[in-house]
Amino acid sequence: MPEKRTIRVLIAKPGLDGHDKGAKIVSKGLKDAGMEVIYTGIRQTVDAIIRAAIQESVDVIGLSILSGTHLSICEELMDKMRKEKLRDTLVLVGGIIPKKDVSHLKKMGIAEVFRPSSTLSEISQFIQSSVSK
Amino acid sequence: MAMADEPGKKSDKKGKRPEGKSDLRETNTGVKVKLFYDPTDVPPFNDEASLGNPGQFPYTRGIYPSMYRGRLWTMRQYAGFSTSENTNSRFKFLLNQGQTGLSLALDLPTQLGLDSDDPLAKDDVGKLGVAIDTLRDMEEMFEGIPLDKISTSFTINSTASILLAMYVATAEKQGVNPSDLRGTIQNDIIKEYIARGTYIFPPEPSIRLIGDTIEYCVKQIPSFNSVSVSGTHICECGATPTQGIAYPFLTGIAYIQEVLKRGYGIDDVASLLSFHLIAGGVQFNFFQDIAKLRAARRLWAKMMKERFHSRSEKSMQLKFSTGGMGGGMTEQQPLNNIARISFYALAAALAGSQSMNLPCFDEAYAIPTDEAIRTSLRIQQIIGYEIGVPDVVDPLGGSYYIEALTDSFEKEIVVEMERIESLGGILRCVEDGTIQRQLANQAYEVQKKLESGALIKVGVNRFRIDEGDRELEVFEVDPQTLSKQVSRLKQVKADRDQTKVQMMLKALKNAAIEKTNLMPYILDAVRAYATVGEMVNTLKEVYGEAQHFSVF
Repeated sequence: MPEKRTIRVLIAKPGLDGHDKGAKIVSKGLKDAGMEVIYTGIRQTVDAIIRAAIQESVDVIGLSILSGTHLSICEELMDKMRKEKLRDTLVLVGGIIPKKDVSHLKKMGIAEVFRPSSTLSEISQFIQSSVSK
Repeated sequence: MAMADEPGKKSDKKGKRPEGKSDLRETNTGVKVKLFYDPTDVPPFNDEASLGNPGQFPYTRGIYPSMYRGRLWTMRQYAGFSTSENTNSRFKFLLNQGQTGLSLALDLPTQLGLDSDDPLAKDDVGKLGVAIDTLRDMEEMFEGIPLDKISTSFTINSTASILLAMYVATAEKQGVNPSDLRGTIQNDIIKEYIARGTYIFPPEPSIRLIGDTIEYCVKQIPSFNSVSVSGTHICECGATPTQGIAYPFLTGIAYIQEVLKRGYGIDDVASLLSFHLIAGGVQFNFFQDIAKLRAARRLWAKMMKERFHSRSEKSMQLKFSTGGMGGGMTEQQPLNNIARISFYALAAALAGSQSMNLPCFDEAYAIPTDEAIRTSLRIQQIIGYEIGVPDVVDPLGGSYYIEALTDSFEKEIVVEMERIESLGGILRCVEDGTIQRQLANQAYEVQKKLESGALIKVGVNRFRIDEGDRELEVFEVDPQTLSKQVSRLKQVKADRDQTKVQMMLKALKNAAIEKTNLMPYILDAVRAYATVGEMVNTLKEVYGEAQHFSVF
């Protein structure tokens, strides 16, 4: 049986918002679920997030966005990821995201959106089942 | 230890025994409480020393003799979005609805010293608040709102000195004497490093700049609160109720000391500080939040008198607003949040708060809608005008439970303050990440308890329903905001005297190098329509930028 590889996750805070309690809680939760987690810290540009994702060769990018900026930021990120040919990296978004924007984000290629009611176990289970596919 | 002859301690046949007075239960916030309280739980308390009458030292019962009979708390709801024109009409709407003060939300670029045309600002212009680039924006925002008739609270920190200067310059243009201005700038950088993230410069020059604004207010606008030290944000970020008082107190003392070393006395400074404390939020316990705020008031009075030798009542009177608390709002069954907000507001009123801005029931969905903001204002008005709360000052004073809790909170706050001081003080513990790490761990533990059901949250882990696809109406920011604001900025730049702007920025830079009080220089630059970004970049050349404080 092949050895189970540790899933690597980049938790990132794009935009100018500095409220990162949620990003830290998710980082800790995924760590406790056995993943390797890198947290970028606040105020990251999309370019910096992509650079970090490449450098750290992560399987998953998790964006934490509370400031209503999710549509433009995700659009930019997904465009640039396509250009960098990061096709296999799973991108997730968590935060204050109105329900009506979820389908829009998914059309852009965001694998899943975790709104405030989501639990840590939902997030880690989603990652585990999606990455091992 | 249980005593055999205590009736309440006997086991009944099923192995369960009725609980006795001293059986402890841990509350949702981890405080151990008895079944009931009686006179033996309250030390034979000398009323004069521990309570006093309202308006008397140590102000446990309230800072004013007649409290809400004299004047209700200031009712504000946090508002501001898009451009200054849009915000102007929302302000007029809120004042029309009976709001008595304004609470201004500024967008993140303004809070971080980025102009609306800065590439780093593009996603955030006008999103979480109004975009202010130059004095022109401030003038338009308060068009038709006489500044001597209202009080305005600015949620602004790193760029507080600039926004204050713009408010003063707007008053001048309206023909209002700046000394008649009332309001508050948040101006609390330490909690930005801990919890909120809108820091620009390193700690030392940042705190000096706060000292400059306090000094300016002491001399020019004595009824303006030059700092609102915040416990709210750090509580939302994981601090316990005790830490939520201890850390802002340590922070407030750090700012006071910055001004004392400039040769001022404690009574010149202390009354210009106000606090922004939490009643509500993730770790809300109704009675404890009331007791905690009473304890805070008593402790502050004692510290000012005993440690700082204050002789002025105003310095000893802890003024605080209560607000924030969006973290307690749930996505599930969002109308339940209206009940939560009501309890937060009632706790704040029973604790003698000077001002409230409440969260809104749709916080977990988006930026609050007009309806949600109005509902939160109505909650304040129902408590203030409809149900008899303001008739009697400190109605819970003398309750064995409340007084026992007040005593124990006071002791615990002192212990936590001493712990941080023994580790090198608040600033040291922020710079080395001790506090941020601790709050992140505590927040994570709370989240795990919410997920395991150890902490009950109605509608979330108990009494759930199928939420279906229900969507609340959400607030939408005008999609044209960025382009509108960028062209406004362009126009201001075209209209102003460029040479004068450069001259003022150069003077500002020299003053920063000389470490003289920057306020007069910022005012001059503001009057010449220099942008927030130009002033901040000028200061960055001298101060450099802060490291990242967000550790976990």
